[in-house]
Amino acid sequence: MSEKTLPRVPMEPERYELAAAAPYHFDLGRREFFKFLGAGLLVVSVLKPAVIAQESGGARRRGDSLPKEIDAWLHVAESGTVTVYTGKAEMGQNIRTSLSQAVAEELHVPIESIDMVMGDTQLTPFDMGTFGSRTTPTMNLQLRKVAAAAREMMIGLAAAQWQTDRQHLVAADGKVTDPQNKRSVEYAALTKGQQLTQTVTPETPLIPAANWKVAGRSALKVDGRDFVTGRHRYPSDQKLPAMLYGKVLRPPSFGATLLSLETQKAEQMGATAVHDGNFVGVAAASTELAVAAIAAIHAEWKSEPQPSSKELFDYLRKNTVEGKDPTGDGDRYDLGAVDQALSSADHRLQQTYTVSYIAHTPLEPRAALAKWDGDHLTVWTGTQRPFGVRGQLAEAFRIPEEQVRVLMPDTGSGYGGKHTGETAIEAARLARSAKRPVKLVWTREEEFTWAYFRPAGVIDVTSGVRSDGTITAWEFHNYNSGSAGIRTYYEIPNQRIVFHAVNSPLRQGSYRALAATANHFARESHMDEMAHTVKMDSLEFRLKNLKDERLRAVFEAAAKQFGWGKSKAAGQGFGMGGGYEKLGNIATFAEVHVDRQSGDMKVVRVVSAFECGAIVNPDGLRNQIEGSNVQGLGGALFEAIEFDNGKVLNGRMSEYRVPRFSDVPVLETVLLDRKDIPSVGAGECPMIGLAPAIANAIFDATGVRLRSLPLVPNGLKTT
Amino acid sequence: MASIHLTVNGKPYAVDTDPQTSLLSVLREQLDLTGSKYGCGEGQCGACTVLLDGKAQRSCITRVGAVSQRLITTIEGLANGEHLHPVQEAFLEAGAMQCGYCTSGMIMSAVALLQRNPSPGVGEIVNFMDGNVCRCGTYPRIVSAIQKAAKVASAASAAKGAGR
Repeated sequence: MSEKTLPRVPMEPERYELAAAAPYHFDLGRREFFKFLGAGLLVVSVLKPAVIAQESGGARRRGDSLPKEIDAWLHVAESGTVTVYTGKAEMGQNIRTSLSQAVAEELHVPIESIDMVMGDTQLTPFDMGTFGSRTTPTMNLQLRKVAAAAREMMIGLAAAQWQTDRQHLVAADGKVTDPQNKRSVEYAALTKGQQLTQTVTPETPLIPAANWKVAGRSALKVDGRDFVTGRHRYPSDQKLPAMLYGKVLRPPSFGATLLSLETQKAEQMGATAVHDGNFVGVAAASTELAVAAIAAIHAEWKSEPQPSSKELFDYLRKNTVEGKDPTGDGDRYDLGAVDQALSSADHRLQQTYTVSYIAHTPLEPRAALAKWDGDHLTVWTGTQRPFGVRGQLAEAFRIPEEQVRVLMPDTGSGYGGKHTGETAIEAARLARSAKRPVKLVWTREEEFTWAYFRPAGVIDVTSGVRSDGTITAWEFHNYNSGSAGIRTYYEIPNQRIVFHAVNSPLRQGSYRALAATANHFARESHMDEMAHTVKMDSLEFRLKNLKDERLRAVFEAAAKQFGWGKSKAAGQGFGMGGGYEKLGNIATFAEVHVDRQSGDMKVVRVVSAFECGAIVNPDGLRNQIEGSNVQGLGGALFEAIEFDNGKVLNGRMSEYRVPRFSDVPVLETVLLDRKDIPSVGAGECPMIGLAPAIANAIFDATGVRLRSLPLVPNGLKTT
Repeated sequence: MASIHLTVNGKPYAVDTDPQTSLLSVLREQLDLTGSKYGCGEGQCGACTVLLDGKAQRSCITRVGAVSQRLITTIEGLANGEHLHPVQEAFLEAGAMQCGYCTSGMIMSAVALLQRNPSPGVGEIVNFMDGNVCRCGTYPRIVSAIQKAAKVASAASAAKGAGR
């Protein structure tokens, strides 16, 4: 995909946990807007699929109605306060900051004067969800347009007021200034007493990245002070008067059915017990009482035999759902004649790579506070898809979506793990019976067991390569882990790439960088194996088969920073991995040290070179790249969900190892700022090069080729 | 149920609760001090860290009945009015957070560390902080924030000493 074509609805095929939500269009009258916002200037950005735009005659509007397909809007109040409304959700990617920067840049107001209202289904326009690294390429651009339109309108208002040519006027610092006549007027004064609306048009001029003054520079988290003082209220911190605490009775294994239930004791303790189908839960005056009440419930369940993690990879191969896969064209890619090319290749290589299920382990577990007012439901919950959760609630309680409001207070992270609304539904179900607001916060054990996992997978790669290092054939089969990043960016004339959907033994779904991690691990490990086969340097081999200039640039930049080609000490190993994902380009180089006696393996240093177009917030970007590498260490080295017969065996923080301070290598980041290319997201792509870089470095140090993620859950035995 | 007297952030409280209840639950549910977070419930992630008589303690595995004679400090009690603690200031300046959910616990642990050793080396910081988890992976920034806070504190105490 070229960087110029930005798809409107980015839904990767393997987002298994997402039900296909019907597109819902926000509908509000102009009068209602101003009743709610107060007078001032309202600027809206409209989703305009080509057909609709033609039929409706572009941005022109009649009467009192506003366009229905709004995707963002901004309001400049009479007080001068700028309020921006977006359905995107903040969970640590710091988009509240980067989007504020974008608005400040175009509107020419101080960043502090911007209030960003996010992820509230009543106040913000519909948004599919915050995933797929889409905020920067889409919402950032929309908000820049909205802010630019507001700025142009302010200049127009001032020009009219002063009866002068707008060409002479300058907008800066919340004011329009006429330098020739030495006069200026605040935005607030320009809108006073008026209700003005404006729709963004394609002609609205944007400030080119090369001229950015606020965007393009590092900005600290806009509300950082609330986080270092403990003042910020996460979903799990929400509170309402007369609120009760909820707790759900979990079945002993996945898919178990309830045979009998006795809740009398729980009710005698003062808890409200709720039994509805397979759902059993309580609401009580404190968490302690709710826990005690759940413990007092007697339930019998029927469990079904299920596979275990020991036989996982065999199971995945044998349980494909060929032909029934809902993913459409993501399934298969053919080019040239693979079979002939493989049989005539100088060298033919065949290997299998695997990845385990892993858990997102967001530090804040799922949480929801639900409140009913008659048939109207309000839920505060941590989710990356507030509108999706609203749909799930409406469906669960058979009420119209208009009667459900979902609010998403900035959340304790998600990493793709908070797309679904199970906690919201559970809290709302308890609240309906208790007739009081109910808060439900999942325990860590519940989060490990009843959320969903990053898909496990098996990847078979067969390749053909000429002795001069030219790759001639590439066959790649991915079972279950997904098709994100499945296509190779190396120039290979004969390819067969197939994604095989599988009936997963565990509930699975999105994860930061999705299947791109698995597919890059297999591809970039295999690249090293081929280079080794033809006795070529890994970097030289890659560059020989790579034309994409942006990707070449990151590999070359990372190699330079890393010092590729330098000499090694005993036990030291160097490796690389990289690729292209979510429109960003990454190359990651790793240095490891292996102690052959003890089997200890330490990642000593990681160098990443990343390019995502024009950089919006350099420090925020570095933070995301560092974070991707640190989090990526877990999946690369030691994270794996163990399960047997419908039970998770290591579902506690003490049993499931996540990266800690002592695991962190020296991290060096090289940013390639391409001001000539539109900005894209950076929360996911930087993760994908790490695992193969480490695996390749371990091979370099020891001659041992590891083809399963996690690579060293129990250390590295090389003897 | 019993009435338990607590001193939190310098203020006295009396709470009616089972002494076995975790300090974290009492702080969050009864005193509405929600800055201390639940992360794992078994003292493995550090999100619930508070100070007990100046020392870092995991409040999720601390029974409230055991701390009635102790001075409890939570993240809410660290700043002096609008004047942030040097560690809070350093976390802000270093951008040492993404989602911020671990931040309270990280700051409380760091404060405890600096009380024990005002100028710790990187190795000591890593060892001391290893029980605090940041899933967003901001560890390197947290280490720099702690170093920065240590520098500020030592400069401040040097200035104080010189002024005597």
